[in-house]
Amino acid sequence: MLNASLKQLSAMLAARKISSVELTSEFLKRSRALNPEYNAFITLDERTSLAQAQAADILIASGRGQPLTGIPIAQKDIFCTKGWLTTCGSKMLSNFISPYDAHVIGRFNAVAAVNIGKTNMDEFAMGSSNETSFYGPVKNPWDTAAVPGGSSGGSACAVAARMAPAATGTDTGGSIRQPAALCGISGLKPTYGLVSRYGMIAFASSLDQGGPMAKSAEDLALMLNVMAGFDARDSTSLERQPEDYTRDLEKPLDGLCIGLPKEYFVKEIDEDVARAVEAAIGQYRKLGAETVEVSLPNTKLSVPVYYVLAPAEASSNLSRFDGVRYGYRAPDYVDLNDMYRKTRAQGFGSEVKRRILIGTYVLSHGYYDAYYIQAQKLRRLMAQDFAEAFKQCDVIMGPTSPTVAFDLGERSSAPVQMYLSDAYTIAVNLAGLPAMSIPVGFGHKNRPVGLHIIGNYFAEAQMLNVAHQYQLESDWHTRMPKE
Amino acid sequence: MQWETVIGLEVHAQLSTESKIFSGASTAFGAAPNAEACAVDLALPGVLPVLNRGAVERAIRFGLAVGAKINSPSIFARKNYFYPDLPKGYQISQYELPVVEGGHIQLQIVQDGKEQEKTVRLVRAHLEEDAGKSLHEDFHGMSGIDLNRAGTPLLEIVSEPDMRSSAEAVAYAKTLHTLVRWIGICDGNMQEGSFRCDANVSVRLRGSDKLGTRCEIKNLNSFRFLEKAIDYEARRQIEILEDGGTIQQQTRLFDPEKGETRAMRSKEDAQDYRYFPDPDLLPLEISGNWIEEVKKGLPELPQQMRTRLEHDYGLSMYDALLLTGDRDISEYYEAVVGKLPSDPKLCANWVMGEVSAYLNNEGKPFDVCPLSPAQLAQLLLRIKDGTISGKIAKDVFRQMWAQAGAASISWKNREGVDEALGDRIIDSQGLRQISDSSALENLVYEVLAANPKSVEEFKAGKEKAFNALVGQVMKAARGKANPAQVNEILRKKLTE
Repeated sequence: MLNASLKQLSAMLAARKISSVELTSEFLKRSRALNPEYNAFITLDERTSLAQAQAADILIASGRGQPLTGIPIAQKDIFCTKGWLTTCGSKMLSNFISPYDAHVIGRFNAVAAVNIGKTNMDEFAMGSSNETSFYGPVKNPWDTAAVPGGSSGGSACAVAARMAPAATGTDTGGSIRQPAALCGISGLKPTYGLVSRYGMIAFASSLDQGGPMAKSAEDLALMLNVMAGFDARDSTSLERQPEDYTRDLEKPLDGLCIGLPKEYFVKEIDEDVARAVEAAIGQYRKLGAETVEVSLPNTKLSVPVYYVLAPAEASSNLSRFDGVRYGYRAPDYVDLNDMYRKTRAQGFGSEVKRRILIGTYVLSHGYYDAYYIQAQKLRRLMAQDFAEAFKQCDVIMGPTSPTVAFDLGERSSAPVQMYLSDAYTIAVNLAGLPAMSIPVGFGHKNRPVGLHIIGNYFAEAQMLNVAHQYQLESDWHTRMPKE
Repeated sequence: MQWETVIGLEVHAQLSTESKIFSGASTAFGAAPNAEACAVDLALPGVLPVLNRGAVERAIRFGLAVGAKINSPSIFARKNYFYPDLPKGYQISQYELPVVEGGHIQLQIVQDGKEQEKTVRLVRAHLEEDAGKSLHEDFHGMSGIDLNRAGTPLLEIVSEPDMRSSAEAVAYAKTLHTLVRWIGICDGNMQEGSFRCDANVSVRLRGSDKLGTRCEIKNLNSFRFLEKAIDYEARRQIEILEDGGTIQQQTRLFDPEKGETRAMRSKEDAQDYRYFPDPDLLPLEISGNWIEEVKKGLPELPQQMRTRLEHDYGLSMYDALLLTGDRDISEYYEAVVGKLPSDPKLCANWVMGEVSAYLNNEGKPFDVCPLSPAQLAQLLLRIKDGTISGKIAKDVFRQMWAQAGAASISWKNREGVDEALGDRIIDSQGLRQISDSSALENLVYEVLAANPKSVEEFKAGKEKAFNALVGQVMKAARGKANPAQVNEILRKKLTE
């Protein structure tokens, strides 16, 4: 059952072979047992989860169950969840019980999925290793000496360790795909605007996008069916006809054209990663796909552009954490400015402070044109690169991360090294495109390798088809780490 | 030396939308603290702004009314600074591309009996959200924060430095105040802060075309304060310059108690607001169709109406200005003229005279005037057709007012109600003027017979005696005699 797909679990629930309460209890038990070691969850709340499971069972019994009804889902602690502690991995919100539900949470509630707990994450989603969390680092279940990736490291770990059948994540520069790759699971970052950001605590508003993390592409499709959709409360939410993202899963890949950016296959990738990715591409050729070399000439600028734009937005987005209305407030202060200073000095961790400083700097008078405006221009060029490439191919593939999971502590004092972990994923956020990562093997120290699949705008169904067809022919996504 | 004062105004007009500019919370004034602050206004983690279409529509309306360019796209930007009543740590405003750009306001200034006209150019008008309120009293050394006002929509209207005296600045502010209420975008309530002025004041030698260093005076919430603050500030600057000093660019606060301005902060400690486009809000696109639709809904503007009243009705600029001071008044006036098109001047006199005075006395707007325009016009018609004199009419008006009682609904919804009210009072009290010449002749005979002394005096050349006789006739007629006719008959009889 731990390895069952969402479809299988849904069928078991519908056939009353198992109840949601039993299923939820099983996963809760496992989460309780493993969490002290993995630290995947910040909050587990059995009573609330089981109450939701009970409600789901009633719904199922009345024949009104939907595909995810009664299935436990782990929620990244960036999504405001009514009545739940919602910390965003920060001391700043370590006392914040949300009075409202994020749109995504509301969608899961609407289909009576069960919230199994709130997952650990890099503080305010700033990090690629989950080491910046106020609640301590998450461990990679394949090797507890390794990081799980970040920022959705808790969600990736929870799915990889089978503490939850599926989870939500958010992706600003790779925060779904990179931890999915490092933990050997599947993760999808949708087209910007597909999933409402309402109630998803903002890091960099023009880049943030929520998405599903699960074992397989098929599971991701079922998750996305719930998560995607227009929300009038988010002005950047796109008003489109709802889609069934499972609709194309079974399509054969004959004639699929895969673009391979020449800038992706260079000496910076570790050999083990390159080998696994090339093997996967070989498998795609066997499935009837052809490959073509494409070029994304500006992609090398994505990390510097990102580290201007994302901190700029973050510096402003995080201004609301001032100790005035909610969240952490320094215990002792002499006046208003002292209260601000101490609250923010004590409430934020060093990576968050670093980014606030960078962002404040690049928006300052006299620097704005040189940094922010220039970065915006380059951002448009990067989107044009992709537009050009998609004239030649249907999807673009490459490695999700240049390396397998690195060791805990290895890069935590080398921020630029850390930032380069996202070299392949960031350009996708800058362009607003959808992309995903699926497991395609193991590399150094038997740590997982992820294949990065980038689609054109709104090509989620096609990408899921591409991923699913591979997963029909491989078993990487069904492998479980040993406990 | 001859100094010239140069003034530009920034006016914050609170837009009259039901809900806030980026949230669904109510904008109604006077609720319990924080009762009208929703999750978005509180800036809870994860909340997002959604632009209020009504606020944009009002900005377009304003832009069209002042002949400005409506920008599409326009951009919302974040103005970053920390303050407890600014929940997000930034204000959503517009910076580089405001929704309204350019335009102008035409002023009519009547000063010392002289009428003059002036054009003040506008730089821009942009949409932004208001902050909350910090309350520093009643909290025992702590401060209270009320976020009801946070997120209230504002249109910041920025003028060029085109005004040269406090009188011009006040005339501009009043014209703008009339306009925003006229086109229904702002209730103009200055006590509640719906219309607030900041004045940029500098002085220079007359004849110079270079602007002096300016000081900005904040938060002037009455026309009187605006005038006093500008006068004080100009005097202050002139004194400094005449003493050989230089003006520091400053933000200053007007103290109404002392009637002076004092420094708040200088340019050196001006904050860097780190403006950048708000990524939560897409560029605002306004279609030509929308602009056309708004244009169709615009009423005749006060400026156009003033010109029409002067040209078509022959009213003075002063009358025209008063009648267009408020759309409520102008609508009432137009409705009266509609019923009595032959004498717009008589209508104007009564609307600005009796009606205005009675309403003022009761502190009521024209909209809920107890007497409908039709009722008033009917009364004025009775003056015109000689049924009653103007003097009697005032008495009838007083009784009509009393009988109509207080109105709670607009006169527009009382059409056709008791239009004969005035006539009924005239008839029931026999106030109808005696215009029947034989009846008047009889009265005159009686008076002449009873006052032989006055008759003699008149014949001896005392014109005053004639007036005494007229008075006696009017008295005998209990005021109802037609004065012109009485005059005529009396003179005829006396000179026969």
